[in-house]
Formats: sequence, structure tokens, C-alpha cells
Amino acid sequence: MELLYASCVGVLVSCGVFLLLRARTFPVVLGLTMISYAVNLFLFSAGRLTINKAVVLGTGTEYADPLPQALVLTAIVIGFAMTAFVVILAIRGRADLGSDHVDGYVPNTSADNKEQK
Amino acid sequence: MIQHLASLPILLPMLTAVILLLPPCGKSVKIRRLVSIVMAIATFAISVFLLVHINNTGINVYAIGNWSAPFGIVLVADMLSTLLVTLTSLLGLGAILYGSAGDDEKGSFYHPLVHFLILGVNGAFLTGDLFNLFVFFEVLLIASYALLMHAGDKQNTRAALQYVILNLVGSSVFLIGLGILYGVLGTLNIADMAQKVSELSGDDVYLAKAGGLLLLIVFALKGALLPLHLWLPNTYASAKPVVAALFAIMTKVGVYAMLRVYTVIFGEQAGALEHMAQPWLWGLAIATIIVGAIGVMAAQDLRKLTANLVLVSVGTLVALIALQNVNATAALLYYLVHSTLVSAALFLLADLVSIQRGKVGDRLVAGRSVKQPFLLGVCFIIAALTVVGMPPLSGFVGKIWILKATLNSEQALLFWPVYLVTSFALLVALSRAGTTLFWEHKSKNSENAECVNANPLQVIVIIGLLACSPLLVIFGGPISEYMLGAAVQLHDISGGINAVLKGGM
Repeated sequence: MELLYASCVGVLVSCGVFLLLRARTFPVVLGLTMISYAVNLFLFSAGRLTINKAVVLGTGTEYADPLPQALVLTAIVIGFAMTAFVVILAIRGRADLGSDHVDGYVPNTSADNKEQK
Repeated sequence: MIQHLASLPILLPMLTAVILLLPPCGKSVKIRRLVSIVMAIATFAISVFLLVHINNTGINVYAIGNWSAPFGIVLVADMLSTLLVTLTSLLGLGAILYGSAGDDEKGSFYHPLVHFLILGVNGAFLTGDLFNLFVFFEVLLIASYALLMHAGDKQNTRAALQYVILNLVGSSVFLIGLGILYGVLGTLNIADMAQKVSELSGDDVYLAKAGGLLLLIVFALKGALLPLHLWLPNTYASAKPVVAALFAIMTKVGVYAMLRVYTVIFGEQAGALEHMAQPWLWGLAIATIIVGAIGVMAAQDLRKLTANLVLVSVGTLVALIALQNVNATAALLYYLVHSTLVSAALFLLADLVSIQRGKVGDRLVAGRSVKQPFLLGVCFIIAALTVVGMPPLSGFVGKIWILKATLNSEQALLFWPVYLVTSFALLVALSRAGTTLFWEHKSKNSENAECVNANPLQVIVIIGLLACSPLLVIFGGPISEYMLGAAVQLHDISGGINAVLKGGM
């Protein structure tokens, strides 16, 4: 289970970083979302991966660590708000700057033109 | 009541911001300004009261919801954090007064956002829990995102987009670092972490080191340390000057987090991880000072120049953190207060100059003369003298103290030349800027008859911020004593741990 979990986090982060390095805002936002998923999974694993442990104190001798779950919950809420904000900002940027490039300029290369078509 | 004092610098701005969003304040500008100013003064007064109280009674630990540390989240009001809270409240008051002269109407929600920003910054200073620090970072960041867009144009959107994306990546890295540290140490309370980090052994040491250095990346990003500083000049120069002035405290939050984490958690008692970040901090700080000085020399307008001055001050502060001794920390605190206030004043001054110079704005080219050359000129020369560190102002005292604190370390060989040459570069750059702005005219004075005088409120704020500089010198004795006390308290790690873990109410 550890291997599966770790590779899942790893794949999400690498996809996220790849998307983050794209020039346009939409892939960048997707990349940020993927990274925040990976971060949430990672935080969850900080309390160790266990199966069949009690969630509530007193119902068993061993119990799952509740703190990472609270941390993940906080991180999800904050990540959600931030993603919403960055989407709105990206739309505003598209309107204000006339392009959806992160730095606001459209590079004039032929490769880029082909990609647009 | 007195035991709840430590929570008030967080609660009061939050309450104010919510009140400001409600109908009577939301509708009328006058009521909004009045409420905002009154509450900002109240926040400042409470911060000062807390400062005096802490100075008399020692560390005050406030357990939120009465869950004592390390299980609950605690607010730790010690001399260091209350000093910074007071500085934040003062700067916030200045920004609100200055904004009330007209800048607040150019966009929506200026006053609530400033109060939310103060809430986030005060919270980040007061909290004794690393995850709570993350939450307050996010609070201050989202307020800063919106403030950055205040009265914005296209340039603003571009800078804001980059700033937001960069900081979101930073937040993710922060969470990964926290996850690693929690997985290894089993706690996120700073005092408890400091206690447990020395007991680590085997692979856990390397994991904790990885987590700690990931946090360094985040703090370096917030504090604008060298490889991660590129966002700062553009962001600060494109924000409204009053917002940029308020942002002068935000890099200090990163510096404060570095100071706290790498002195208390990974400080001298950390066993295998003792002074973990020191070599990184030292090299990066020196490089930041150099790059900042080059930026100051190369700046094309006054706001970019000031933004690069912020970089130089961050580099100096981080170099002092890397020294990890009481004297250096005390010098750091003095320099931090002085540099925050004076860079805020310079941003505001740049605003007035650019309004009065019309089309050329604050660009460093010959243009129309300013309407009030005497007033603005005197303010500028005081600010410039303070930044460069000429006697008799606070910059000079700060500089001597920094040089004295670094004298006995082996790093002085590197630090002294860099720091002194940088000061000279700043002197040259600021002299050039002042000469161009105030003395090189293309047209006659009569042409700027349509230009209005600066609003007295704005002038009062600038003079008030600048007046702190001579005050820091006049009351140099008690102030430097306080800074030394704060530094001793920070470096007394076992005392701090005891206060937090056993003294929680």
C-alpha cells in the first residue's frame, strides 16, 4: 500500500510541476490543483498509513492519528479558495492583457503558432 | 480580561474588517473611513499596551479554547512578537490614514482588506504553532492578492497573476515541509518541536532536515531572498504606493518566520540539526544584498528603487539571522523596525512626487518640477539619509550596531566590505534620484498651476513615519534595551519551551 500511495503522490506532483511550467494560465491552474491534491494526500500520510484503526478515542486500543485529517481538511478549504481566486484572476488577466500567457506576452515563434492551430 | 490581551491584536482587526463589510460602513465612505481609522487606532493602542504588559510580566501564552500546548493551538506573546505586532499596527494605521485621503475610493474594499492583512500579519507573528502560521500566511496572502489589484491597471494584473501563482506554489511547498516535520516529530507546536528535534536519530534526522529546508524555501520566497526574490520589485512597483508601503511588513513576516524556526527549532540545542540553515542563509543573504544594491543603482523610477531597497534590507536581516547570536538578533530587530518604517515612507513619498510631477511620474528623468519642492525635498532627504545610514538618524545607529555585532565573527571579512560598499552604492543612487527628481526641470514652475497640493493627511502620515527615525535615536537607550531583552528571550530556548508547554492557561 505504501508503494502505491507514494507513487500516486509522486505522479501527481510530477504532472503538476510539468503543467505549472507551461506558458498559459489554464495548464498552470490545473498544475496547481494537481499539486494541491498531491499535498493533501501527502499530509494525510504524515499520520502513517493504517487500516482498521478506530477513529474515535476509547473505541479500541489503537487509533488513527486525527491531527493530519484536520490538517488536510484545512488545506483543502484553503486550497479551494485559492484555486477559485486564481481562476478569476486568470480570466481577468485574459481580458486585461489580451492573452492567456502567464507573463502577458504572446511569443511570436512559428512553433507556437502551429500549436495554436 | 488581561489574560485575553494576547488574542486581541488578532480579533480586533478581524472584527473591524467584518463590521466594515456590513451595510452602514459599506454604503457611506465617511462612516467607513471613520470606523476604519478609529479601529486601527484601537488596534495600535492595544498592541502598545500588550508590548508594555509583556515587557513587565514576561512571556504570555494564550491557549485558544483553553486547550493547552502541545495539544491545542497557543498564541505566544513574547517581546519579539509583540514588538512586530506593534510595528504592524502602526504601519496599518499609517496605510489607512493615507488611504483615507482618496486612494481608498479608487477600488472597492480597501479598508476591510487592510484590516484582514493586519489580522494575518499579527496572527503570523503571535502564533506558537507552525500549521497555524501557515493558515495566517494564507490569510495575509489572500488579502494581499486583493490589495495588489486595488485600483489596478493592466500592469497590475500581470504582476498579480505571477505573484499569486508563485505564492500558491510556495504554500504547497510549505504544506509538504509541515507534513514531513509532523511525520517525524509528531507535533507542530514550535516549542514542542524544539524539544523533540534533539531526540531524533537515524533516518529521521535527514527527513527532518529535508522538511526544515523545504520550509526555508517558503520563507525565502515570502522574505524575497536571492533566487526567489524576482517577484518583489515588479510586484511592489506595480502595486498602489500605499499598498506597497503596507507590503513593507510582508517580507518581514518571512524574515520573522526564519528567525523563529531556525533559532528556536533548529537552533543550538537541536543536536544533529544544530544551526542547520546557517550556511544557506549566510551565502544567500550576502548575494541578496549585492543583487539588491545593483537593482537600486539600475532602477528607472523611485518605486522600483525603493522595492530594491527592501531587498537590500532583507539581505541584511537574513545575514544577521545566520549569525545566531544575541547581539546580532538585537541589531536585527532595531534594523527591522527602522527599515520597515522608512521604506514605507519612501513608497508614500514616491506617490506624492509622481502625482505632482504629472506625466513623468516618479521616473528618474528630467520633467516638471514638483509643486511643493521644499516639503517633499526635505522629506526625501531625511528618508534618504536614514536609508543610507548617515548620522544622526536611526539608519546610522542600526548600521553601527550591525557592524559591531558582526565584528567578532569570522564572517566579518566578507560582510563588512559588502555591507559598506552597498551603503555607498545606495548613497550614490539616492543622491542621483533626489537630484533628478527635485532639481532637474524641463519646464517652468508656472506650468503646473493645475497641480494640487498634497493632501495634508498624506503629508502627516509621511512625516509621522519619518519621525520614527529620530525617535528611534532619541529613545535609543530604552529601545535598544528592549531589543536586547527580546533577543535574549528568543535565544533562551529552554526558558521559552518551559513557558509555552507548562505555562499555558
